Parts: sequence; C-alpha cells; structure tokens
Amino acid sequence: MTTGAAAHGPAGQGNGLRADLARIADWIAPGSHVLDLGCGDGALLAYLQSAKGCRGYGVEINDEQLLACMRKGVDVIQQDIEAGLGMFHAPSFDVVVLSMAIQMTHQTERVLREMSEVGREGIVSLPNFGHWTHAWSLLRGHMPVSRELPFEWFDTPNLHMSTVRDFEDFLRRLGLVITGRVFLRDGKPAGWLPALRSTQAIYRFRRG
Amino acid sequence: MRFEQPLALRSGASIAGYELVYETYGTLNAERSNAVLVCHALNAGHHVAGVYADDPDNLGWWDSMVGPGKPVDTERFFVVGVNNLGSCFGSTGPMSIDPATGKPYGPDFPVVTVEDWVHAQARLADALGIGRFAAVMGGSLGGMQALAWTTLYPQRVAHCVAVATAPKLSAQNIAFNEVARRAIITDPDFHGGRFYDHGVVPARGLQVARMIGHITYLSDDVMGEKFGRALRRHVTDTVLRNDYRFTFDVEFEIESYLRYQGEKFSSYFDANTYLLITRALDYFDPALSCGGDLARALAPAQADFLLVSFTTDWRFAPGRSREIVEALLANGQRVTYAEIDAPHGHDAFLLDDPQYMAVMRSWFERVHRSVRAPGGAR
Repeated sequence: MTTGAAAHGPAGQGNGLRADLARIADWIAPGSHVLDLGCGDGALLAYLQSAKGCRGYGVEINDEQLLACMRKGVDVIQQDIEAGLGMFHAPSFDVVVLSMAIQMTHQTERVLREMSEVGREGIVSLPNFGHWTHAWSLLRGHMPVSRELPFEWFDTPNLHMSTVRDFEDFLRRLGLVITGRVFLRDGKPAGWLPALRSTQAIYRFRRG
Repeated sequence: MRFEQPLALRSGASIAGYELVYETYGTLNAERSNAVLVCHALNAGHHVAGVYADDPDNLGWWDSMVGPGKPVDTERFFVVGVNNLGSCFGSTGPMSIDPATGKPYGPDFPVVTVEDWVHAQARLADALGIGRFAAVMGGSLGGMQALAWTTLYPQRVAHCVAVATAPKLSAQNIAFNEVARRAIITDPDFHGGRFYDHGVVPARGLQVARMIGHITYLSDDVMGEKFGRALRRHVTDTVLRNDYRFTFDVEFEIESYLRYQGEKFSSYFDANTYLLITRALDYFDPALSCGGDLARALAPAQADFLLVSFTTDWRFAPGRSREIVEALLANGQRVTYAEIDAPHGHDAFLLDDPQYMAVMRSWFERVHRSVRAPGGAR
C-alpha cells in the first residue's frame, strides 16, 4: 500500500511534512510508540523520531518507498497491510496511523478493526469525496477529478471513497469513538461548511 | 590463527586447540568500530570477496556484496570472513590431525553447533581487537550465526543482517538434510567416516547430497525457465534431437546440470564436514531453551536488525523470516524487513537482484552513519 501520491498538498508548519501528516504529528505525544501503515517514504516517522523522540515502524509494500524509509533511518516492515496485522501483537502501539491510504484498501473494515486492536489510538487521514466540486462534476455527468483525487475512473487505485459523514458513521458502527477531527482545504483548516469545503479530513479515534 | 585455549562445546565435548582461517578486507579504524563479520553458509568459507593474485578464477562467494563500492563497502568497513570449525577450507575440522591419535579426526570430530561457531568467532574477534562489530551478517546458515551472535554477545553486535534464514529448521528441512547424510553414509567409500585412511572419498554420496541440496536452492520457476524439459545433446549427436534415447543415462538438461554440480562439489568438499554442517543446521533452535518462545529468546539482543527474504525461496520461505520479525516486533526491538520479489529461490541471497542490493546498500549506509556518530541520532 503506498500513500496517495495525490495527497501532496502544501507543506505544513515548517517541518516539511505534508499538511495532513503535520496535523497528525501534532496529535502524537513525544516518546510514543507509533505504527504507520502504508507509511510511504517514511517522512512522518522520520519527523517523529527526530523531533519528538518517538519510536516505531512503518509498514509499506512498495519497493521504492521501502528504500526511501531505509534511507531516512526509519524501520520499515515490507508487507501489504491488507495481509493482516497479525505480526503486530495487540495492543502494542500508542498510535496507529493510516494516512491517505484507506481509500485504496479492499477490506477497509478489517484494516480499521485491526488498527484499533494493535493500537490504543488510531489516526486516519482521507480525501473527502463529499467536496462540493465533486457533486458539481457528478451533476455535469462526470466522475470527479481533483488535486486530492487526480485519477480517472478507469485508472484509479482508489476503491472505497467516502464522504466525511460516511466515514464518521463507519467509525461509530465499528464501535470506535472519535476523539478528534480536522478538516483541511488545500492544506489549511477548512473553516465553514467543512463537510462540503474540505478536501481532506483527519480523524483520531479509540475503542469505545 | 591458532587458539590454544580449549573450546567447550554445546555437546559437552571440547576441542583442545584449533585453527581458524580468516580473511579481512578494508582497514580497521582507530576506534575499532567499523568491523563487519561475514558468516558463511553450508559450502562456503573465509574467502568472501575478491580474488587471489595467484588464483584469479577463485572469486569470493559473496563478492557481489562485499568490496570497494559494493553494498558492504570495504573502503568504509573492515570486513572479516572466517571459516568455521569443522569446515574443510583450512580451519580445524575432520580432515585435521587429532593430536590425541596423530591421525585425522574423521568421524571423531565433535559435533559442533551454530552457537559453538559463534563462540569461536568471538575469540577471533578478541584476537583481532574487535570489541563490538558494527554488523554481523550472513545468509541462510550464516544468518543463523548472525542471529545467535545477538543473543550470545548482545553488547558486541550493533547491527544484525540475517538474509534468507529461519529461526529453526522445519521437519521438511531436516528431512532433506537426512537424505543427503544417508547418501554419504551409505556410500561404500565412506568407510564409517575413515575414508581418508583408504585413499578414497565417498564421491557418489556427496554428489547425491549436493544434487538434493541444489534442488532446494532453486525455485521451480527458475528451473523450468533455465532447463525446462530440454533434452541433453550428446557429443555424438550430429543433429538436434527431438526424441528420447530410452535409457537411464542423462536424458534431460536438468539431469546433466545436477550431475555437474554434484561432481564439482564432490571434488572439493569433505564428506564429514557435510554431515557436521547439516547437523548444525538441524540443531539450531534458539527458542528451545525458552519453551519455544522466540521473542523471549531474542529479548537480550541489543542490535538493530535487518531481515531479508526472497519470495520464491521455498527452503527458507519468507514466512520463516517473518517469524523472526514478529518476535522482534513483540519485543519492540529495532527491525527492518525486506521481502525481495526475486525469481531465483534460496540462491537469490548470493545473486545481485537490484532491489536486494539497494536494500543492503541502504542498510549499510545506516551502519556507516552509526559508526561515524556513535550514540548519535540514528
């Protein structure tokens, strides 16, 4: 699982991190034990290790991304997150992160369930399919194509798209309690009407 | 290098004095912090990299990995290759003279374990003035030694690299070893391991042993691609044959290949050593003393681990490496795991798949950073 190349918004907060990762990093306490699923090039873990004294592992299936993690000194386990998190004993992590990858999972429910089992807290960032321009595209008869979702319908890695409201319903159905949410619009807080105006959403949650 | 102090072995036996042959590459730095130990597998030895001036065809067995500018860069690291006890490339083994009898040890050479080898290697490290290795590495049986190092001498290993290995053999692995051993032991030329006295070697047994081993080193796909069902051309053939000979002589290319590998092997490898080394493989099981709990067995380790497996390796399949990774994760130990999509089966660890090489290079960049900034940010 690679993190969405589409998700590279403006860098946040001067640490060079992608906007959603910068917000996620803000939520993670210093010294935490972190598991980053679909960790991409390992940027979040590298930052957490150097700036916050965190430790942990990335999980990444892609060969190039694995090497990028290794070059950053990030410990990474090469595995498809959909093959299950059986290698990780529960509950062994303070935080489990899944950034801009949930829409690419086949067994989305299983992935979220396992996240909540191996970590005390889960953090997920996702593209908001409910963005108003998407509705406009659909009204005009086309599948939406945007910066966060740049793929044509016939050539997309994204399988499970949701609006922020769908996702919140889903978390509740899994018995998970939302403890924080941030809506971003082009990397900045979305302000008013976030369900329609945000391009990305970030949730933190715990088992109920 | 000669060691006079007896070495107590896991079996309860001990070796009075012994010789370990080793080679080094690169330069030990002033802090003695850049040493890398390379542990060999079944049929290799201390000659890890490069060639000798007087023997330009004898390339080291891991030359793709170790050398100037290679992933284990000898311009940065001081690399030590050592031939293990009981082997047949110069270190004390069954072919050596037993001081007690004045004759070759033969079958009386004590059964050695992976742990015994590690203790012997540690004495070599002492003699070379290496307190702590920047890395201990190996593939297959060599990977087992690297793992054993991390728990027997936790403070002496900064990084452990274990490639295409397993935390213990499966019943199937042991079964293959046993077939190989029976082939050797039942060869009439084996003479109960005293074949040196008879001026013969159990070549047929060794050939069969090697043929079996070789089958397990290759993947079905690679064998199919390389040989398929191609028929062997004989020197007497004037045109390309497309029919069988209806004999039990070499008919298919794969048969010819295996026989060639077997014959080559039997010309240089000692039969008693083959028995010893396959037994060392069988016995390796670090979790045994911890009630089968591998995580507990690995808990003393202080090293950062790199585990590498190959998708088509069925001798030590990726799942075997994942067992080790899982144990290290359970302990919260530092581990990176790469699963290389390579077609070559177990043999892949000796080849130079680009992703494999890139993974090793990246890892040894990390080792190098820790050598330059000991205790600093990793």
